[in-house]
Amino acid sequence: MPQSNKMTMYDKIWANHIVEDRGDGSALLYIDRHLVHEVTSPQAFDGLRASGRTVHRPDSIIAVPDHNVPTKDRHLPNPDPMSTAQLDALEANVKDFGLDYIPVDDARQGIVHVVGPEQGFTQPGVTLVCGDSHTSTHGAFGALAFGIGTSEVEHVLATQTLLLRKSKNMRVTVTGEMPTGCSAKDVALAIIGALGTAGGTGYVIEYAGPVIEGLSMEGRMTLCNMAIEAGARAGLVAPDDKTIDYMRGRPYAPKAGQFEAAVPFWKALSSDEGAVFDKEVMIVGSEIVPQVTWGTSPEDVVAVTGRVPAPESFSDPAKQEAVAKALNYMGYAPGTGMTEFPIDRVFIGSCTNSRIEDMREAAAVIKGRKVADHIIEAMVVPGSGLVKLQAEEEGLDRIFTDAGFQWRDPGCSMCLAMNPDKAGPGEHVASTSNRNFVGRQGPGSRTHLVSPAMAAAAAIAGHFVDVRDF
Amino acid sequence: MKKFTEIRSIATPFPRVNIDTDIIIPAKHLKSIKRTGFGDHAFETIRFEADGTPIQDNVFDCDRYKGASILVTGDNFGCGSSREHAPWAISELGFRCIIAPSFADIFAGNCVKNGILTVALPQTDVDALVLAAEAGHKICVNLPNQTVTCGNAHYEFDFNSAHKQMLLDGLDEVGQTLKSAAAISTYEDKQKLTTPWLFKA
Repeated sequence: MPQSNKMTMYDKIWANHIVEDRGDGSALLYIDRHLVHEVTSPQAFDGLRASGRTVHRPDSIIAVPDHNVPTKDRHLPNPDPMSTAQLDALEANVKDFGLDYIPVDDARQGIVHVVGPEQGFTQPGVTLVCGDSHTSTHGAFGALAFGIGTSEVEHVLATQTLLLRKSKNMRVTVTGEMPTGCSAKDVALAIIGALGTAGGTGYVIEYAGPVIEGLSMEGRMTLCNMAIEAGARAGLVAPDDKTIDYMRGRPYAPKAGQFEAAVPFWKALSSDEGAVFDKEVMIVGSEIVPQVTWGTSPEDVVAVTGRVPAPESFSDPAKQEAVAKALNYMGYAPGTGMTEFPIDRVFIGSCTNSRIEDMREAAAVIKGRKVADHIIEAMVVPGSGLVKLQAEEEGLDRIFTDAGFQWRDPGCSMCLAMNPDKAGPGEHVASTSNRNFVGRQGPGSRTHLVSPAMAAAAAIAGHFVDVRDF
Repeated sequence: MKKFTEIRSIATPFPRVNIDTDIIIPAKHLKSIKRTGFGDHAFETIRFEADGTPIQDNVFDCDRYKGASILVTGDNFGCGSSREHAPWAISELGFRCIIAPSFADIFAGNCVKNGILTVALPQTDVDALVLAAEAGHKICVNLPNQTVTCGNAHYEFDFNSAHKQMLLDGLDEVGQTLKSAAAISTYEDKQKLTTPWLFKA
């Protein structure tokens, strides 16, 4: 632990939330905000019932279904009885425990990590948890936000706290300017490429520097969303005027009178000048180019101008074996150029890239063009009903459908294949999601993680292209 | 929760890096609203062909490692999703202890809640234990002393003291925390004054 009275943003939020310091670096930490969805909560509510306990603070919770919901034909019965049972269980649980709930047929429904910020439920300086690893998304607001398991969901429901060990501080500074043709997703992937998927384990990462400051709130959410992909517990971006402007007028944001009091509190959260980080990483922003993953881990990433590496190019024997396995799974020979192989399917969506800015970024590339003939399916899945409405107001849906994309209803969709949206065995998917794990988008599916602009361009060309030349 | 003090068992060697929770239990199997039944699908792509045919000689089902309570595996084990279904599934395969060079944070936390001990040891020590597991040697993991022994080899590991106590006692963590109800209430009273906008009027 650095000996200094200068505090990082993480140190401050941690200190603000200590209920009991347990010594040895751990503390009982107060949790301000809790997002609940259908997959990781039923066993937690059952646990409460079994022990005769109640929800400590119902006003700290929003529940919304997202993982299992179909993204089309919602007027029809859900084709999967187990999904139905899980969705029904959520509905019954929110009734039993008196929680705010956004049902599937509500315009506000969507992916928890899109809904929380959109509703102003996510706020600077809060601790926010959800039974989902991509809870790191909310760090974009300077909230300490992280994913938890189902036992911890139950623990937070019952006690409003978690017993946690403090993580170490890391700062990733991205210098210079955002290069043309790149967006937050490329920055996120480039950082993971530099750190590795375990590079952030044991840390909370604060993202800083001119490129991060230049990002919109949507871009910052994309960046923090993937902090977990570097193994970090959470990602953080200091609140600034963009953050405050974003908060204004949202349903769960502080009301007039309180908002004015909240602003100075939020502004004071930034890391103190001279605060010491356990690890500092510098990334030269101007050197970032559009990124594409070639393997089965988010760290298996190269520039779109690059090639699939050979296992021998890694020194660690375990990594060599992992790369050989990944190449075998992906059906790539070492040395293959990233633009050489055809793409079979395109997915624009997920908690990483389904916000209005992502829709605009993809639509700008697609406008007036057509999806390549051999693409089996190209779909755009907005992150929430409100994103969908706004995109439709801007006419983006027409740009997508005219090009041959499907325009779906909000949900997690093909990010994780636990709803009807899946890729088939062996299919290469250009995907704006966050994980290219084996079978993640369906058994045998081959995922390539890219930005919305890169996914859009791949849909048109039928293979990856350098979106800077497109 | 089952208490954990010491186990002595043969071990299953699975020395692959970055084993993510989608490999441990694919998302399509997360639809149960119970805590049980996930073991059948644990490590599905390692144990079964796409058509469901069992893969011969996979380490999880072969006779050689039958009854193993210890899994010896690669770096960054349990990365990815926060699904607690992963330790539930691993538990149903009979494992009480996982040894690896490192673990993903959320996964390691979830293991503690389910009576599974995660032991992080340097890569060279894990390599040695993989060889010992392959040779069918028994490994002894002792939590009170924080040691792993195998034949003449002896290793010590670090472990969070609060988590250690939970595993040793097999405690109901919620019940433990509720002993601090007064402190939680005091904290809330303070916060209602400093950040009143976080509380519904």
